[in-house]
Amino acid sequence: MSNTMKLTLKIWRQKGPKDSGKLVDYPVDHVSPDMSFLEMLDVLNEQLVEKGEEPVAFDHDCREGICGMCSLVINGRAHGPQTGVTTCQLHMRSFKDGDTIYIEPFRANSFPVIKDLAVDRGAFDRIIQAGGYVSVNTGAAQDANNLPVNKNDADKAFSAATCIGCGACVATCKNASAMLFVSAKVSQLALLPQGKVEAQDRVLNMVHQMDLEGFGNCTNTGACEVECPKGISLDNIARMNREYMVASLKKEN
Amino acid sequence: MKTSIARKILMALSGLFLLLFLFQHFIINSLSVISADAFNSASHFMGYNPIIQFIIQPILLFAVIFHLVMGIVLEAKNRKARSVKYAVNGAAANSTWMSRNMIITGLTVLAFLGLHFYDFWFPEIGYKYVEFGPEDPGRYFGELQHKFVNPVRVALYCTAFIFLALHLLHGFQSSFQSVGFRHNRYTPAIKKLGNIYAIAIPLGFIVIALFHYVSLLN
Ligand code: SF4
Ligand code: FES
Repeated sequence: MSNTMKLTLKIWRQKGPKDSGKLVDYPVDHVSPDMSFLEMLDVLNEQLVEKGEEPVAFDHDCREGICGMCSLVINGRAHGPQTGVTTCQLHMRSFKDGDTIYIEPFRANSFPVIKDLAVDRGAFDRIIQAGGYVSVNTGAAQDANNLPVNKNDADKAFSAATCIGCGACVATCKNASAMLFVSAKVSQLALLPQGKVEAQDRVLNMVHQMDLEGFGNCTNTGACEVECPKGISLDNIARMNREYMVASLKKEN
Repeated sequence: MKTSIARKILMALSGLFLLLFLFQHFIINSLSVISADAFNSASHFMGYNPIIQFIIQPILLFAVIFHLVMGIVLEAKNRKARSVKYAVNGAAANSTWMSRNMIITGLTVLAFLGLHFYDFWFPEIGYKYVEFGPEDPGRYFGELQHKFVNPVRVALYCTAFIFLALHLLHGFQSSFQSVGFRHNRYTPAIKKLGNIYAIAIPLGFIVIALFHYVSLLN
């Protein structure tokens, strides 16, 4: 196997939330360029287990870019050097033989490390619980023509709805701001007739929860949009700013 | 004021107001290159018109103080949102230097503003409201020129405007995004206009300063 790679991994090891953690070097050999990044970590973990060492904890589930579980900041970039992909969709062919690869968890005080590379993104769930839904039971689907939706709005809502809640936007943002995620979740509903009814309360409550969770403030650097694996647009943040402004002016108490 | 988005919007609005102020300041300064008399009468008007002195000027001062205090508060909060930093940071791949360093460019401009207040604003306020000096519509041009004799001061002045340009390269377009003004058709134009403004206006101030410095050399 001549085209396999030899790499040095510098992986963040942290025993638990209270541990201070440090980067540890792991040499890996015979890495095929066709492996996914997570498969490469699987191989490393098997070797560690064989040696009787503690395997590296990292999050993953679907391994096809749809669940939003995988995370990792690879060489300083959330989900690695490619754009438009999650860590599970990243392949080792993006690296060269002899490379040193830094692997760190998504860092934000609102995403505390559980262990090694796995972080607690429960803050996102609590933001959704604060308003990221439509509260009425819609029953069976009605005739589509009963509820006309402008094609443009439908497309924008759908694009916003592709957010998988991975948290790369927070991990990337120099301010650890969650604006891209929250704005996607506000927009996907605000653009559609079913979501419009509660749009004002929704944006106020979700932003309130976002602030409570301790995320930083957005300064429009635009880094989130670049690193988001789903290409969620800054249009959503502008929309949320607008919605928020109108909602807080109209609010009755 | 209590939520992140409210602070963001107020930051943008105060910034937009300061952009307008900077523009009118530039127009008046450029008069000094064209004619000393025109500069004197415009300055005298700004200095003695009651609406400008007692309504606009306090608003301006408030906007400056608000923008800088809020800028520092936000920076502090944002730093606190991530206490363990990345060992490797690939930010250069996803955002501009200007957008990530508004606090540095902003504080540099603030330091210059201190010098500027010391040079012009404090003496002016002292002359008018403490010493109750007589109205002298012809004094401004000389006062201005006087400050551009010292090459060190001229160099500081020019450096500050370079930092201001960097600040505005991000700030101009960012303020529109913050107030929610974003549109497929207009946003590209706003970004272009922002770049033109951010470079042309500070460059204009620099050219004016150099013009006076050079014209005073002989
Ligand atoms: S906006 Fe993009 S980066 Fe942020 S959580 Fe959603 S999919 Fe992930
Ligand atoms: S593991 Fe599901 S998106 Fe990567």
